[in-house]
Amino acid sequence: MGKPLNIIVCGSLVPDPLQTLEPVTTPQGPGLKNEQMLPSVLDPWAACALYEAAALAKARAGSKVTLVSVGPKAKLQQLMMTVAQKAPFQLVAVNAPAGGFTDAMETAAALAKAIKSTPGLDISTALLFGGCASASRDAGVTLQFVAEMLGISEMFNAVDSIKLEEDDSFTVLERVEGGQYLSSTCKGLPAAIGWATGSLPEPPNNPQTGMMNMRGIMPALMKAPAVDIGTGGISYVSVEVPAARRDTVVKKDMSVDAIAAEIVEWMKG
Amino acid sequence: MTIRAFSIDGDGTHSQDVPAFAAAIKEAAADLVLVPGNSRVRRSMAAAALRAGAAVDTGIVDVAVEGDMATVRRWVYRQRILAAFSRVARPWVVVTDPALFDEICAKLGVKPETPKLDLAADTHSWMNGRQSAVAGGESTIRPDAKMLFVAGAGWTKKQADGALHLGEAAAAITGFLARSGASLGSSKSLVDMPEAAEAFKFMSHMNQIGQTGSTPRHAKGLATCCHGEEPHVVGWRFIGERRAVNLDANCGWAQGKADVLYVADAFAVMAKVNELLG
Repeated sequence: MGKPLNIIVCGSLVPDPLQTLEPVTTPQGPGLKNEQMLPSVLDPWAACALYEAAALAKARAGSKVTLVSVGPKAKLQQLMMTVAQKAPFQLVAVNAPAGGFTDAMETAAALAKAIKSTPGLDISTALLFGGCASASRDAGVTLQFVAEMLGISEMFNAVDSIKLEEDDSFTVLERVEGGQYLSSTCKGLPAAIGWATGSLPEPPNNPQTGMMNMRGIMPALMKAPAVDIGTGGISYVSVEVPAARRDTVVKKDMSVDAIAAEIVEWMKG
Repeated sequence: MTIRAFSIDGDGTHSQDVPAFAAAIKEAAADLVLVPGNSRVRRSMAAAALRAGAAVDTGIVDVAVEGDMATVRRWVYRQRILAAFSRVARPWVVVTDPALFDEICAKLGVKPETPKLDLAADTHSWMNGRQSAVAGGESTIRPDAKMLFVAGAGWTKKQADGALHLGEAAAAITGFLARSGASLGSSKSLVDMPEAAEAFKFMSHMNQIGQTGSTPRHAKGLATCCHGEEPHVVGWRFIGERRAVNLDANCGWAQGKADVLYVADAFAVMAKVNELLG
């Protein structure tokens, strides 16, 4: 059995994908209408990172998973009610805006500072996890910034699989062009991994895990430092939802033969 | 305004690419540095820009320059909101959507160059090579295909006779892909199903379209046995003409997300389509 792992997962909240998003102008820059009221979920790819981290930690006794989240404290607390039931982790929270219009560099700086200032997080032997891109800003740069700020030089992006050996060397499969994977091997830690979907299903809710986690989560939220994260050096010119609605023709009473013929004709047109 | 464009392709390790890209950004001495956002660039360019003291933005779909002012456009919230913005910081590394790199360069009158990259930095990792995401089979993801064919979870449901027809479904899907040359997409619900992983070995999570999947660009898209829920359809943003086959006349596709919805059994329709395509 290898040494205990120290896995740091960066991830925050995003609006539930089923919600309608409407941009509005706020004194701080662009935002979403009723943003504080929108139901949130853990950023999907960051969630994949958390589940993969939990699975790796479970396989090595004594391992620890730390979720580092930048987001509005009240919304983080609400989110943790469900996320805490998914896997054992300790939370490090930063009370700051999170969304599609906040600056990735400022967010990364807040994450790096929170990681550095957390006692017991040894970066020199850590696996730094996160989603390959968020469902809000969708830039895919934050984890790279954090790794660079922490001096982690080995980084893999859009990873679907990791095979970790006992000596901490590992092989990953990264998504590349044309439906292919790039296989790479790394000699050891530290390393940063931006997860794509991974290979694990969402764990079922476990109330016992949730209760255990919440003992640490509530104090972490109470002492979350407030950080002012804005739009950085960006000057927004316009923010809009382009019209996407089509005039759908619903064809209910056609025969299978007629539908097939129409589809083939459409394909060839 | 000085604009340089770099074509960077192939594969590279992060630890070697970051210093090499950072040096290229500095040597470019440009206000704007355009690069296509392929997998290599997406892995390392942000860290390189940070190291070079440059601003960086990714997923750029348009760049407009007027005097000393550059304005770029990119999607946020997974293709739901389109933002246009500028920065005063220079240099500014603009990572474009890879499919639009040539178009943006041509619009700005910039000829892409291949930068000389010094990849001599120490690294603790090495590349073993590329492999298909589909074990032992041909890739069903074809970015250059004219058509996207999406298979939804309905292919794994019990049919009118009360039985599953996974083999028949697999044959209909692969038969259509072979005859049409289409690229295969999927909904999340299908690729997450263990029974689909077993029966549809030609498909993986890489085929997933939507919120946590890809957003491909094809002229036409045909969805089958898929409900057209919003998290999936956000991945259809850049699909031109859209048609769907579904038994539910009130599914998401009927709500302004497709041009045509055929209310019919996709098993029967696709069998006939395959027959007609020969």
